[in-house]
Amino acid sequence: MDWIATLLQGLLLGGVYALFAIGLSLVFGVMRLVNIAHGDMIVLAGFVSFAVVEVLGLGPILSLAIVLPLFFAFGYVLQLAVLNRTLGDDLLPPMIVTFGLAIVIQNGLLQSFAADSRKLSLGEVETASIALGTDIAVGVYPLIIFATAIVTILALQALFYGTKIGREFRATSDDPEAARLMGINTKRVFAVATGVALVVIGIAGVLMAIRTTFDPLSGPVRLLFAFEAVIIGGLGNIWGTLLGGVTLGLAQAIGGAIDPQFQVMAGHLVFLAILIVRPRGFFPKVAH
Amino acid sequence: MTQPSYRIERATRSSTIGLAVLGLGLIGLLLLPLTGDRATMRLIVEIAYFLALAQMWNLLAGYAGLLSVGQHAFIGFGGYMLFALVAHAGFSPIYSLPIAGLLSGLISIPVAILMFRLSGPYFAIGTWVVAEVFKLAFFEVPALGGGSGMSLPLQAVRDIAPSAQGRELIIYISALAIAVASVVAVYALLRSRYGLALTAIRDSERASASVGVDTFRLKLGVFVAVAAFTGMIGALIFLQKLRISPVAAFDVMEWSAAIIFIVVIGGIGRIEGPFVGIAIFFLLRETTSDFGAWYLILLGLLAIAIMLFARQGIWGLIADRYRINVFPVERQVHLDDHRQRQASSTSLTPTSEKH
Amino acid sequence: MSTIETRGLTAHYGDFQALFGLDVTLRSGETTAIIGANGAGKSTFMKAITGLIKTAPDMIHIDGAPAGGRDAHTIISQGIAMVPEGRRLFPSLSVEENLLIGTHAKRSGPWSLDRVYDVFPVLKERRRLSGTSLSGGQQQMVAIGRALLSNPTTLLCDEISLGLAPVVIEELYRTIAELRSEGLSIVIVEQDVARAVRVADQVYCFMEGRVSLSGAAQDIALEDIRNAYFGI
Repeated sequence: MDWIATLLQGLLLGGVYALFAIGLSLVFGVMRLVNIAHGDMIVLAGFVSFAVVEVLGLGPILSLAIVLPLFFAFGYVLQLAVLNRTLGDDLLPPMIVTFGLAIVIQNGLLQSFAADSRKLSLGEVETASIALGTDIAVGVYPLIIFATAIVTILALQALFYGTKIGREFRATSDDPEAARLMGINTKRVFAVATGVALVVIGIAGVLMAIRTTFDPLSGPVRLLFAFEAVIIGGLGNIWGTLLGGVTLGLAQAIGGAIDPQFQVMAGHLVFLAILIVRPRGFFPKVAH
Repeated sequence: MTQPSYRIERATRSSTIGLAVLGLGLIGLLLLPLTGDRATMRLIVEIAYFLALAQMWNLLAGYAGLLSVGQHAFIGFGGYMLFALVAHAGFSPIYSLPIAGLLSGLISIPVAILMFRLSGPYFAIGTWVVAEVFKLAFFEVPALGGGSGMSLPLQAVRDIAPSAQGRELIIYISALAIAVASVVAVYALLRSRYGLALTAIRDSERASASVGVDTFRLKLGVFVAVAAFTGMIGALIFLQKLRISPVAAFDVMEWSAAIIFIVVIGGIGRIEGPFVGIAIFFLLRETTSDFGAWYLILLGLLAIAIMLFARQGIWGLIADRYRINVFPVERQVHLDDHRQRQASSTSLTPTSEKH
Repeated sequence: MSTIETRGLTAHYGDFQALFGLDVTLRSGETTAIIGANGAGKSTFMKAITGLIKTAPDMIHIDGAPAGGRDAHTIISQGIAMVPEGRRLFPSLSVEENLLIGTHAKRSGPWSLDRVYDVFPVLKERRRLSGTSLSGGQQQMVAIGRALLSNPTTLLCDEISLGLAPVVIEELYRTIAELRSEGLSIVIVEQDVARAVRVADQVYCFMEGRVSLSGAAQDIALEDIRNAYFGI
């Protein structure tokens, strides 16, 4: 029954990677922007939550009430003041600006929190598990993360297909110039999209900070996992992103079962293999 | 009306002066070992290999439009190949430098074929994944020290030169040679018939950065050549350090981030850019190193500011303002008219900066 | 109701100058035809009016007040709507959603979704389909309906008959004529010179970024237009 446990573990790990990847997918989907600071923003959310917990004495879940609005504002202002000015035909500016942001966040965190590893604590929930049959159990907390990933996707789906701003997201993503001709303020639309993406990043960052330790330099690895999940799933397809996350999680879990040293490598290799077989991912967005 | 005659030439007065200054500087650097100032020599070695790395990334990203964030893959790989050749094949360290470069070029071919499937920014992060894969792979090679890394065998260290002073001199000369070679190679390439094609790619295709059919071979060639050169530089870096480990060899911040910011701040798509970027990088680092990681924060902010307000970089600002060009790649057409002797600089490709 | 006027309008794409000082008056309630060969600057002119290309403030006046240099979304919300060349429907949006995008300019007026469906009943039947799955003529109806839902005072139509069957073109132009009778100012950019002159009150002929001929439609002989068009 060992392999069932491994697969379950991989599936749940996939929820984590999907949660990482949704924000990246969203920003790419709406404005064709690849945020290299994505992983560092996830880590930043962990540290902000850590600070809120330390200073105000709130629990990590309650800290979301502060982290999420803060991150929405951060994303909105960042897009309006900085990133909007980099969008255009030239791919270099958005790449360098988000890379620069990554360096600033990493080293800013190093300066303010030192290089120590941190972890947020949620008490018993972290170690609780549900028994499935006689010798298989799943952790409650990984289940919560997986459920959060699905709820987040459903919520984004509702936002995109059920609201006015969602319609503007899709129209702007299709054809920004035509959107402007319809009276849509695309700069504001982009700012809201990045704000929403940062809310998702905030959720991912805080939940992850409860699950494992983090330090100021753990961002890049999270970016790479998120990136791999997005590419495996197919660019700009949010359910594909979930599948990409699960694929990556399964690959890592199976690799880790073979040899613990091999866990991360297995994920990367499966990503590269999928790149060879299906360079556009499982569910590429229809070209238009 | 007399028929206006014209000459086509590439040398300009600013390039003559600029090259003379660089030549004099190089002579000065070659004389530096006479002073026996080893700390400065070590700094110059570091500056030299960063300059060479920056020239290579500039060629790759600034001209061929390949925005790689994973060049540290080849730095680390080259370094490891040197250690493998020296420790396990008994090669002399100095001869191992070009061989390590060659091997890096070879490994870059499958990497390129895979990565060229990703376009634009995805290519960037994809190359980073490759560097991670390299790092994790060397964790698993016990013969090269696994995760804790290895030191260059003592016998091999003595092979370079019997005395520490002699070793530093040899590494110093090698570093200068590699830096000069990188500049000369990029300059020569850009002035060759491939240069025009590359400049055209720079001006039209960085936009999409996708690998078109007609430019595929050219881009592949540049990617492999840059990987080989970068691998050789990596080999030199770890020859100087005498020690290598996966974490140090494949460090994105130490290598790729620094190189990219050097090029972007100095001026991407210009050979002079990396020189200016290097000067700013080392100035910042040497003056603020007492305050921890602040120089990296400043560097990041400066790169952001450059992208927002002056995409041509600091050298670009200077060059546009004072019309100077130390490494003229484009041909200049000089009209010799009787009434006006005006050297109109018409480049053969559009050079306008897109904003 | 508004009159749009350009004064010495110039436009550039990088080093390339596309417009050289255009003086054009689009009078309130009238239909103006803009004709000219490919590359004459017609589309650039439309982009400048709608703010997709930034101009100096005093190059464009709406009812006498400077209106150049503003963002497109601001200009659209002032009552200028565009049916762009190639229709430019949003592929990820259904027919109805494409139409509703027009209401995002938040202008009130006679046009509502129901009225658009009355004018183009076929769109109501297909409202759930993707906009780009329709025929060319139906897509053009969506593009026109979408523009009307912003309740404009001026409607700019860029090459609306391109690639459509003659019978469909007839129907579209009947709609345009009805809109004109409701007092809407209309600007049409059209390849079919004879048709354009037939529906227009005013005609401007562009050549190489300049106005080569202008005047009231009934005063202009097709012969003159041909000369202005080809620069003979």
